[in-house]
Amino acid sequence: MQTVPIHYYLTFCSVLFTIGVIGVLIKRNVLIILMSIELMINSINLLLAAFSAYTNDPAGQIFVFFIMVVAAAEVAIGLAIVVLIYRTTGSIDIQVLNKLKW
Amino acid sequence: MMLDFILIMIPVFPFLGFLILGTGFRGISKKRTAVIGPGVILISFILSLYVFFNFSAFTHPPAHLFYTWIQSGDLHIPFAFLIDPLSILMMLIVTGVGFIIHVYSIAYMKQDEGFNRFFAYMNLFVFSMLLLVMGANYVIMFIGWEGVGLCSYLLIGFWFGNHAYNNAAKKAFIMNRIGDLGFLLGMFLLFTTFHSFNYQEIFEQAKTFPSGNQTLLAITLLLFVGAIGKSAQIPLYTWLPDAMAGPTPVSALIHAATMVTAGVYMVARSNILYALSPITMQAVGIIGLATALFAASIAVFQNDIKKILAYSTISQLGYMFLGLSVGAFTGALFHLTTHAFFKALLFLGAGSVIHALGGEQDIRKMGGLKKALPITYFTFLAGTLAIVGIPPLSGFFSKDDILVKTFGSSPGLWIFAVAGALMTAFYMFRMLYLAFFKSFRGIPAQIPAIHESPPAMILPLIVLAFLSVAGGILNIPVLFGGNAALEHFLSPVFADTVSVLGQKNTPTHSTEWLLMAITLLGVLGMGYWAYRRFVKNKELLAENVKPPVLIRWISNKYYMDEIYDAIFVKPILRTSRFLHRVVEKNFIDGMVNGFGRAVVGSGSAIRYLQTGNVGFYMFMMILGIILMLFLNILI
Repeated sequence: MQTVPIHYYLTFCSVLFTIGVIGVLIKRNVLIILMSIELMINSINLLLAAFSAYTNDPAGQIFVFFIMVVAAAEVAIGLAIVVLIYRTTGSIDIQVLNKLKW
Repeated sequence: MMLDFILIMIPVFPFLGFLILGTGFRGISKKRTAVIGPGVILISFILSLYVFFNFSAFTHPPAHLFYTWIQSGDLHIPFAFLIDPLSILMMLIVTGVGFIIHVYSIAYMKQDEGFNRFFAYMNLFVFSMLLLVMGANYVIMFIGWEGVGLCSYLLIGFWFGNHAYNNAAKKAFIMNRIGDLGFLLGMFLLFTTFHSFNYQEIFEQAKTFPSGNQTLLAITLLLFVGAIGKSAQIPLYTWLPDAMAGPTPVSALIHAATMVTAGVYMVARSNILYALSPITMQAVGIIGLATALFAASIAVFQNDIKKILAYSTISQLGYMFLGLSVGAFTGALFHLTTHAFFKALLFLGAGSVIHALGGEQDIRKMGGLKKALPITYFTFLAGTLAIVGIPPLSGFFSKDDILVKTFGSSPGLWIFAVAGALMTAFYMFRMLYLAFFKSFRGIPAQIPAIHESPPAMILPLIVLAFLSVAGGILNIPVLFGGNAALEHFLSPVFADTVSVLGQKNTPTHSTEWLLMAITLLGVLGMGYWAYRRFVKNKELLAENVKPPVLIRWISNKYYMDEIYDAIFVKPILRTSRFLHRVVEKNFIDGMVNGFGRAVVGSGSAIRYLQTGNVGFYMFMMILGIILMLFLNILI
C-alpha cells in the first residue's frame, strides 16, 4: 500500500542513528550529547513507525508512544543533572568530570 | 537374655571404669579411684568365673549376637561374642591377672599425680583386650587389637614430661602399626576369599580347602605379620625393651601377660587356616625359635632389671610361637597362661625392688636384698624357678609340653630350643643372684630406706607366686599320671586342626623322660654356673677390661636399633626434609603465592581502564554493544 520502499526508511534511520552515535562520542558539550541521544531515539521511533505501517501491525506505533514517554522523562532528569553539573563545576564540558580515576 | 547380658557386662564394666575415671579424673579422690579402678576388673573377673563354671550354658550356642553393626550387601559384620574354651581361658587370664596388677598399682602409683589417669588407661586396656579375645569375627578382634595398641602407647608414655619416654611410646605404636598393615591386608584377603569375617563361617569354609592352598598361605602370612608386630618377634621387636619406660605395672600387664600374647591368641584362633598352610607354620616356627634364641642371648648381657625381663618376654613369646608351629597348641596356650603368671610376678617383684631402692634399676648397683626384702625375694625366687623350668613349678610343665612336641617334629629344632632354655636359666639366675645375693653394691645412703613393700604390693606377689608354683596342675601330662586337663578343655577348639595335621610322631614316654632329664640337668647346671660366676666369685664385674668383640656386639643388642635407624629412620627423615625444603617451599607455596601475585598483577594492569573520562566510558559502551551484536550474528 505504501509507495516508498522500506529500504529508504532503513537507510535514512541508520544514517540518523549513526550521526547520533558520532555526536555522543565526539562532542564535548553536554547539551549537544543529550540532543544526539534524542536524535538516536527519534530515528528508532521513525523506524518503528515505518515497520508498523509496512506490516499493518499497530504494535509498532503503540511502542513508539511508550518510547516517547520514556524519552521525555529521561530528558527531564538529564537536564536536571546538567544544571547541577553547571552549578558545581561552572562549565558544561564533559572533560571537566574526570575525578573518578583509579 | 540373661546370658547375653552377663556376657556383655564383662567388657562393659572396665569400659565404664574408663569413662568415669577418664572424664572425671580431676575431681575424683585417689581413694575412690582405688576402689573403682580395680573394682570393675574384679567384677569382670567374677563374671568370667561365672561363665567358666556355667560353661555349657554359654557355649551352646557359642556365638552371642548383640547388634548388627554393618550390613551392606555381602558385608555382614555383627557385634557378637564367641564363647569357647579358648576365649574363656583368655578372659580369665586377662581379668584375673589384670585385677591382681590393678591392686598392685594402687600402692605402686600412690604418689603419682596421674593416679586416676593411670587407672583410666588401664581399664581401657582391659576393655580392649576383652573385646579382642571375646569377639566372634576378625573385625571385633581388630578393634580390640588397635585398642590395646593405643593403650600401650598411652601407658608407655604415661610420664609424658620425659622426651625419651614419648619416643619409646611412639616407637611402640608405629611398630605395632606396621604389623597392623599386614593384619589388615590379611583381613581383606579373608573377606574376598570367604565373603565373611565371622570365625565360624570362615573356618567351616576353610576346612574344604586343600593343604598348601596359595590364598590361605597369603592370608596366614599376612595375619602373622600382624602377630609379629603385636607380639614383638623378629624383626618388629625393638619396641618392647624401650617400652620399659612405662611404669612397672604397665610392663607387667601389657608387655608380659596380655597384649603381647594377642598374636599367639590370634594364631591359635585361626588354627585351621594355619594347619592348612604348612609353609607358614614353618615360617612361624623359624621366626619363633630365632626370636627365642636371639632375645635370650641379648638378655644375658643386659644390666637393667626390666630390660632383662623384657628380652625374656620376647624370648618366651618365641617359644609360644614355636609351640604353635609344631602343633603343640595346648602347650603354647598353657605356656601363655603360666608365662602370664610368672612374668607378671617377676615384673611386679622387680617393681617392688625398684620401689624399695628409690628408682634404681641397674642390677650392678643392687645386691644383698635377700634379707631386706624377704617376701619379695621368695616370690621372685618362685618366679625364677618357674620360668627356668624346675619341676614341679608351672613353667616346667608348660615349657616341657612345647619341647617334647618340638622334638617330635624335628630333633634339630629341639636342640636349639633347649639351648634357649639354658640361656634363659643363665640370665634368670644371674639376675636373681646379682639382685638379691651377696652384699649391697649401691649408694650406702640408700640402705636405711630399703624396706619391704606395702601389703597392696606384697599380696599380689604372693598370689602370683602361688599361681606360678601350683599352676602346673592345669595340665599335668599323662606321663606323670596327670589328666592333661587343659588339653581336654581346649580340644574342641583344635579338633579340626588335629585331624588335618594327622598324628605326628609323638615321642615315646621313655624318650620324654630322657628329654626332660637332659633339659633339667642342663638348666640346673646353668644355675650352678651362674652361682659360681656371680656369687662365689670375689671380683664380680671386671670394670676396666674391654670385653671381646662378640660380647660387646651382643651387649649392644646386636646394634639392631642402630641398623633400623640407618636403614629406615634416617632415609625417611631425609626424604621428609627434602620434601619440605624443595617441594613444599618451592612448588606448593610457590603455586599459592603465585596465584596471589597473578591476581595483584592483573589488577594493577586492568585498573588503567578507569580513566574517569566520561567520553571514554561512552565509547567503551558502544564498542561493547557492537561486539555483542556481531557475536550474536556470528554464533
